[in-house]
Amino acid sequence: MPARLPDNLKFYQKRFMPMRHARLVPWLLALALPVTVLANPYERQLANGLRIIVKEDRRAPTVAHMVWYRAGSMDEKNGTTGVAHVLEHMMFKGTPAAGPGEFNRRVAAAGGRDNAFTSRDYTAYFQQVPKHKLSDMMQLEADRMRHLTLDSGEFAQEIKVVMEERRLRTEDQPQALLFEQLMATALQAHPYRVPIIGWMNDLENMTASDARVWYESWYVPNNAYVVVVGDVDHEAVFELAEQHYGPLPARALPNRKPQDEPAQTGIRRLTVKAPAELPIVMMAYKVPVIRDVAQDIDPYALEMLSAVLAGHEAARFSKNLIRQQRLAVEATTSYRTTARGPGVFYLYGSPSEGKTRAELEAGLRSEIADVQEKGVAADELARAKAQLIAGQIYKLDSMFAQAMEIGQLESVGIAYAENRRIIEKLQAVTAEQVQAVANRYFRDEHLTVAELDPQPLPSAPRARSAFAPRH
Amino acid sequence: MNPCQLLVCTFLALAAQLTQAGPKIEFWQATSGARVFFVENHTLPILDVQVDFAAGTAREAQGKAGVAQLTRALLDLGAAGMDETQIASRMADLGAQLSGGVDLDRASVSLRTLSMADKRGPALAMLRAILTSPQFPTQVFDREQARSVAALKEALTRPDTIASRAFWSAMYPAHAYGRHATPESVNALGRADVLAFHAANYTAQGATVTIVGDLSRSQAGLLAEELTGGLMPGAVVGPVAVPELPLAGEQRIAHPAAQAHLLLGLPALKRGDPDFFPLVVGNYSLGGGGFVSRLMKEVRDKRGLAYSVSSFFQPLGQLGPFQIGMQTKKAQANDALKVTREVLAAFLAQGPSEVELQAAKQNLIGSFPLRLDSNRKLLDNVAMIGFYGLPLDYLDRYPENIEKVTAADIQAAFARHVRPEHLVTVVVAGE
Repeated sequence: MPARLPDNLKFYQKRFMPMRHARLVPWLLALALPVTVLANPYERQLANGLRIIVKEDRRAPTVAHMVWYRAGSMDEKNGTTGVAHVLEHMMFKGTPAAGPGEFNRRVAAAGGRDNAFTSRDYTAYFQQVPKHKLSDMMQLEADRMRHLTLDSGEFAQEIKVVMEERRLRTEDQPQALLFEQLMATALQAHPYRVPIIGWMNDLENMTASDARVWYESWYVPNNAYVVVVGDVDHEAVFELAEQHYGPLPARALPNRKPQDEPAQTGIRRLTVKAPAELPIVMMAYKVPVIRDVAQDIDPYALEMLSAVLAGHEAARFSKNLIRQQRLAVEATTSYRTTARGPGVFYLYGSPSEGKTRAELEAGLRSEIADVQEKGVAADELARAKAQLIAGQIYKLDSMFAQAMEIGQLESVGIAYAENRRIIEKLQAVTAEQVQAVANRYFRDEHLTVAELDPQPLPSAPRARSAFAPRH
Repeated sequence: MNPCQLLVCTFLALAAQLTQAGPKIEFWQATSGARVFFVENHTLPILDVQVDFAAGTAREAQGKAGVAQLTRALLDLGAAGMDETQIASRMADLGAQLSGGVDLDRASVSLRTLSMADKRGPALAMLRAILTSPQFPTQVFDREQARSVAALKEALTRPDTIASRAFWSAMYPAHAYGRHATPESVNALGRADVLAFHAANYTAQGATVTIVGDLSRSQAGLLAEELTGGLMPGAVVGPVAVPELPLAGEQRIAHPAAQAHLLLGLPALKRGDPDFFPLVVGNYSLGGGGFVSRLMKEVRDKRGLAYSVSSFFQPLGQLGPFQIGMQTKKAQANDALKVTREVLAAFLAQGPSEVELQAAKQNLIGSFPLRLDSNRKLLDNVAMIGFYGLPLDYLDRYPENIEKVTAADIQAAFARHVRPEHLVTVVVAGE
């Protein structure tokens, strides 16, 4: 397949920066499915503040169960960066009722798969199990919501694992290093500037009590919500939830400070040197995200702009920069309309052999300038909308994807039910609105440019020993 | 029998019952000679079609490494008089998605489309054009060749790529599975090489077509005729050569990365081998079962040596590898290697405990519904069954085949397939 940027940023995006087009049931599908489906999803709030959202999907006898906490790396303090993610690891290290390793063992015994993920905005835990195991999963999650042991011996082992994870995903990944430095430069006050996995020095100095403070502060039912998608009856799920999660007491949450980013007034530039072959240029423009689903216009127009620039293989970046001009081996965009913190629109790519980083930056800029001056064509916009609608239907093929979508919207304070409205708003975007946002936000005073300056390996990779028989 | 064992047995029996009804797979041969596999499913307005050819990297001639990938990459970049922009634009207009790729044995072309006739029809016509009339335009060839070389050069700076290549070369020293595309080999290719590779390997007789989704059997029959009717006829593709087993050995390669990359393994398992089930069940306890596996417990949980460590079998058309892999801080590479070898040796000597065996079966059988709970997963499974010629009741019988594995079966199967005298080790960026 054609060359692609190193996988790390994609993984990073997949894991930590949810992909574009994260939306729910579209109008088109409403025509294709029985009316009862339209009542989906269902919701109930327990007395302790925990919300339960259930989407019935009876295609297969399985269920996805997720617990989302509204606490991510953006809620951390300097000196203990990475603690949200470290606690995510410690959540598998036991309670008095289910000792270290027991959580994984019981999920495995139930024929299940489980994992967890930490983002800037939230921390979430999930299990995918045969449907009759849902109650067992709720019992396990409710137990660790309140009774985590956080043993210091277990912590001492696990923090080493997290440092290995940082080495694997960041230290040895030029593109991840570049992205980390870009964020720390583009943002100066808002905590989105800090990497989710934390700075290495903070990990080296983290203690079990740091993790405990985090756990006591944020892991309470009134700061969480449960998403269930699968072959279930919603009333039965509400009963199970009441039984398992209902007894957990609510507690007051710490104050959250806004930490708004001060206005940027001029372009920022940085360079990262790392062992690599291909240079990378990443441009980050500060843009808005959805704060008012009904009233906002610009975030929807920005999403359509992103699709017109790089939404498919014949979109502008691919057609012009990669294919016609052969300026880039890879060039794409990244933008998501929803976030608790500030929005960023990324353009990035790698120049072709014989082309410079400066030439690629100029090429990316000229694509933006073209939209600013001439706007976008009706067929380009229609194409982006056709993909959006089809993508909504394809998403219904995965229970996990449906649960993720509900969870991510809720994590930024948008009710999942608003999704339909979001799709309508996206479909209503006009060519004039796309041109307007290109002019409004793509200006040098909102821009940070990061460049990877590839360094040759100290010695070209060679066998230190030939392949030697071993006895 | 103690109560605990009884519980497990009841559970297994129940799970086996629940999962007995795998998807109903219909099979027939199209007039063109292509083999067709179909699962009808109307719950969503989606249709998935995958066409597989025996056109993986193992089919590349000596000196032509890289041609399989380049051929597949160019397939949808110009066909039946349409250029790459027209093809991609039309697909996007329809909301249809083309995907696919190349592995050692297979080249795949996949289409996902909405099933309404006004979307499905034009999307399938595009797929047909790509399959039967690709044009491999010269300019596009030149550009994609340059992009491939750039990507390869970048990949060859990465410790994981360097480790993986050295590992496969060591496992398959004189076999196509051990050959890799290099910037030099890709640069030496010409458009004629792509045309020749395509003509030899993308034939009707070598094609398997997998159709899953919102279509009737009669519509699927027509679809298969239309899709494959224009494929070139060709000889039935023979098997890839049988690899020889390597001698055990160890290779160390220097690299400035913070972490060492460790790989251990050997050619071990072919698709369709009856030892598949004991090896899969055994490997669950050794290193396939995620957090409950022995390797994870010893390497990660007890010692904090790695973020991830695992083992797996990768059955292929010929003996595919058994492999253990992990990454650890440079200074710990030798410790991690020592622990890993001890865990493997103990497992080979004693096999799984009864508790481990039951846990493995419980998970593999209990999680079976999760393997089939979307059209995408059905497509992957059925395409694999079709391409490798596994029995059509493979999925139906999966739970019972897992259930009947004994500890003695596992030990015997590992003794046959994972012999230490053939185990190769590669360490990149160790100290």
